[in-house]
Amino acid sequence: MKILVPIKRVVDYNVKIRVKSDNSGIDIANVKMSINPFDEIAIEEAVRLKEAGKASEIIAVTIGPEKSQEQIRTAMAIGADRGILVKTNAPIDLGGVEPLAVAKTLKAIADKENPDLIIMGKQSIDDDSNQTGQMLAALLGWAQGTFASELEINDGSLQVTREIDGGLETLELKTPAIITTDLRLNDPRYAKLPDIMKAKKKPLEIIEPSDLGVDYTPRLEIVSVNEPPTRSAGIKVESVDALIDTLKNEAKVI
Amino acid sequence: MKTLVIAEHDNTELKSATLHAIGAAIKIGGDIDILVAGSNCDIVAQAAAQISGINKVIKADAPPLEHQLAEDIAPIIVDLASNYTHILSAATTFGKNTLPRAAALLDTQQISDIISVESADTFKRPVYAGNAIATVKSSDSIKLITVRTTTFDAADAAGGSASVEDYSAPASSELSKFIKHELSTSERPELTSAKIVVSGGRGVGSEENFAIIEKLADKLGAAIGASRAAVDAGYVPNDYQVGQTGKIVAPDLYIAIGISGAIQHLAGMKDSKVIVAINKDEDAPIFGVADYGLVADLFDAVPELEGKI
Ligand SMILES: Cc1cc2nc3c(=O)[nH]c(=O)nc-3n(C[C@H](O)[C@H](O)[C@H](O)COP(=O)(O)OP(=O)(O)OC[C@H]3O[C@@H](n4cnc5c(N)ncnc54)[C@H](O)[C@@H]3O)c2cc1C
Ligand SMILES: Nc1ncnc2c1ncn2[C@@H]1O[C@H](COP(=O)(O)O)[C@@H](O)[C@H]1O
Repeated sequence: MKILVPIKRVVDYNVKIRVKSDNSGIDIANVKMSINPFDEIAIEEAVRLKEAGKASEIIAVTIGPEKSQEQIRTAMAIGADRGILVKTNAPIDLGGVEPLAVAKTLKAIADKENPDLIIMGKQSIDDDSNQTGQMLAALLGWAQGTFASELEINDGSLQVTREIDGGLETLELKTPAIITTDLRLNDPRYAKLPDIMKAKKKPLEIIEPSDLGVDYTPRLEIVSVNEPPTRSAGIKVESVDALIDTLKNEAKVI
Repeated sequence: MKTLVIAEHDNTELKSATLHAIGAAIKIGGDIDILVAGSNCDIVAQAAAQISGINKVIKADAPPLEHQLAEDIAPIIVDLASNYTHILSAATTFGKNTLPRAAALLDTQQISDIISVESADTFKRPVYAGNAIATVKSSDSIKLITVRTTTFDAADAAGGSASVEDYSAPASSELSKFIKHELSTSERPELTSAKIVVSGGRGVGSEENFAIIEKLADKLGAAIGASRAAVDAGYVPNDYQVGQTGKIVAPDLYIAIGISGAIQHLAGMKDSKVIVAINKDEDAPIFGVADYGLVADLFDAVPELEGKI
C-alpha cells in the first residue's frame, strides 16, 4: 500500500504571531516554522502502518516556498520515504494558495502517484480552514474519514473512528480513501539524530505548479487582517467567599 | 440574494446550531431555504418550516441518508446550488465535514467559520487561533460558508409557516458505510449553547477527580468542558474539548479550573462574557483573560465553592 501524506509549513504553534502594521497579513519573517501539528500526526500514522507491514511506501508532499524542504526533511526523518515539493512564492497562509488550489494540486499528484491512502491533517493552524482533505476527497471521488482518532486497516477493509460533536462515529470506507487526523490519533515521535542524517539522502523532487496545470489565483481577497479585540485581565479575588460575592452581586451571573 | 441553509439534525430533532446559521443568513439578506436531508426526518422538516422567516424547506428523505454521510449529502447540495447565491451551514463537525466536499465539486473556495457578515460578499473570520481576524471578500458566484454559531443570534424557532418540498435524492455513492456511534449522553446542557460552562484541565489530575468539576457544574446547571490535555489524558471524552481545534463556546460564565490558558484553549472560550480562573500558579496565562482570578489549589477551592454556592 502506498500512502501520500500532504504536509504544510506553518508558524510553530508556540509562536505568538504579530499582525503586520499595514494590516495585510501576519508577519512570518524570522519566526520559527514547523510542520502543521496535525500533519505530523498524519506522518506518524503512515509510518506506523509501514512498521506494521501494511504500507510499502510513504510520500510526503508539500506546496510552499523553497524552504518547505525543511518540513519535508523532517517528515523523512520521521519515516517518509521520499518527498515532493510543489514550489511557489505565493503565500500559503492567507491571500495566496487556498485550500481549493491545494486540493487541485494534490489531486494532480494523486493522479500520477496512484496512492491507496492519503492521510493529512484536519486543519492548518494558520488559516484554520479545515477544508483541504474534504475537497481532495471530492475531486478524486473518494471516501473521506475526517477528524480520525482511530484507524484500522485489515485485508483491504478500512475502518475509521471519527471525533464528532456528540462523541465518536465509526465508518467503513471504500479504498482508496482520504483520512484527516485529529489530535487523539497518535502521539508523533521525535526524530532521532541518525534518522535526521538518513533523511538528508532521501529523494526530494521539486516541481512547479505549472507542471501540474494548477492555477493559484486566489478566490478570496484579503481585505485586511486585524488584531482581535483584546480582553484585559480583571481582578484577583482573595477567597472563595469573595468570588461568590462578586459573581452574585457584581457580575450577576449566578 | 437567496440562501440555502443546511439543517443539522439527528432525524428527530433540529439542532440549535442551525438556528444560528440562519441568524447569519438573515444578516446576508434575501430569501432563505432550508435543506433537511436524512431518513424518516419529516418531524425535522416540520420543525424547520416553523422557523420564522423561512421561504421553503427542501426535504431529502431516504434510507441511505440516515447518517448524513458527506459523500451522499454533498451531491444534493451541488444539485441544488444553482438556485442560490449563498449556501451556509454551522461550523460544527457535521458542517465542516460536509460543506467543503460540496464546495470543491462546485469549484468554489469555501469561507470557513465566519464571525461577521460585512456585506453579501465580505466576511470576517478568525485565523491563527483567533490571534488575528481576516476580512475576506469572495469572488465566487456561489458562496459556501460555515458559520461560527456563538457569534450569530439564533433565528426564532417559531412563527413561520414555510412549505415543505420533497426532493428525491440520488442513489447512495456507497463510498462509506456507517458502522456505529458512541455518543456521550448527559443530562447537562449542551456545551456550545450552555449559559454556564465549567471546564477542567490537566490540573484536575484524573478521571476520578473530575467528579469535583461535575458536582460544581451540576450545582450551577452548567455544561462541562475541558482542555486538550484533560481529553488526551482520558479524564473526559473528546467532545468536551474547548479550543482552536475543539468546540467554540461563549457562555455568560466560563469557569476554567486547573487550565493554564494556552492560546489554543483561549481561542475556544475568550468570547465568554465573564471568565473565572482557578489555578494555583499565579502566573498562569489564563489570569490574563480572566475577569476574576482565584489563586488556589483547586482541590480546596472547588469543593468549597460548590458547597457555598
Ligand atoms: C495543533 C494543536 C491544537 C490544540 N488544540 C487545543 C484545543 O482545541 N483546546 C485546548 O485546550 N488545547 C489545545 N491544544 C493544547 C494546548 O497547547 C495546551 O497544551 C493545553 O491547552 C494545555 O491544557 P491544560 O491547561 O489543561 O494543561 P497545562 O498547560 O499543563 O496546565 C495545567 C494547569 O493546572 C494548574 N494546576 C495544577 N494543579 C493544580 C491544582 N491542584 N490546583 C489548581 N491549579 C492546578 C497548573 O498551574 C497549570 O496552569 C492544542 C495544541 C496543538 C499543538
Ligand atoms: N500548502 C499545503 N501543502 C500541503 N498540504 C497542505 C497545504 N495546505 C493544507 N494542506 C493539508 O490540508 C490539511 C488541512 O488544511 P486546511 O484545509 O488549510 O485547514 C493540512 O493539515 C495539510 O495536511
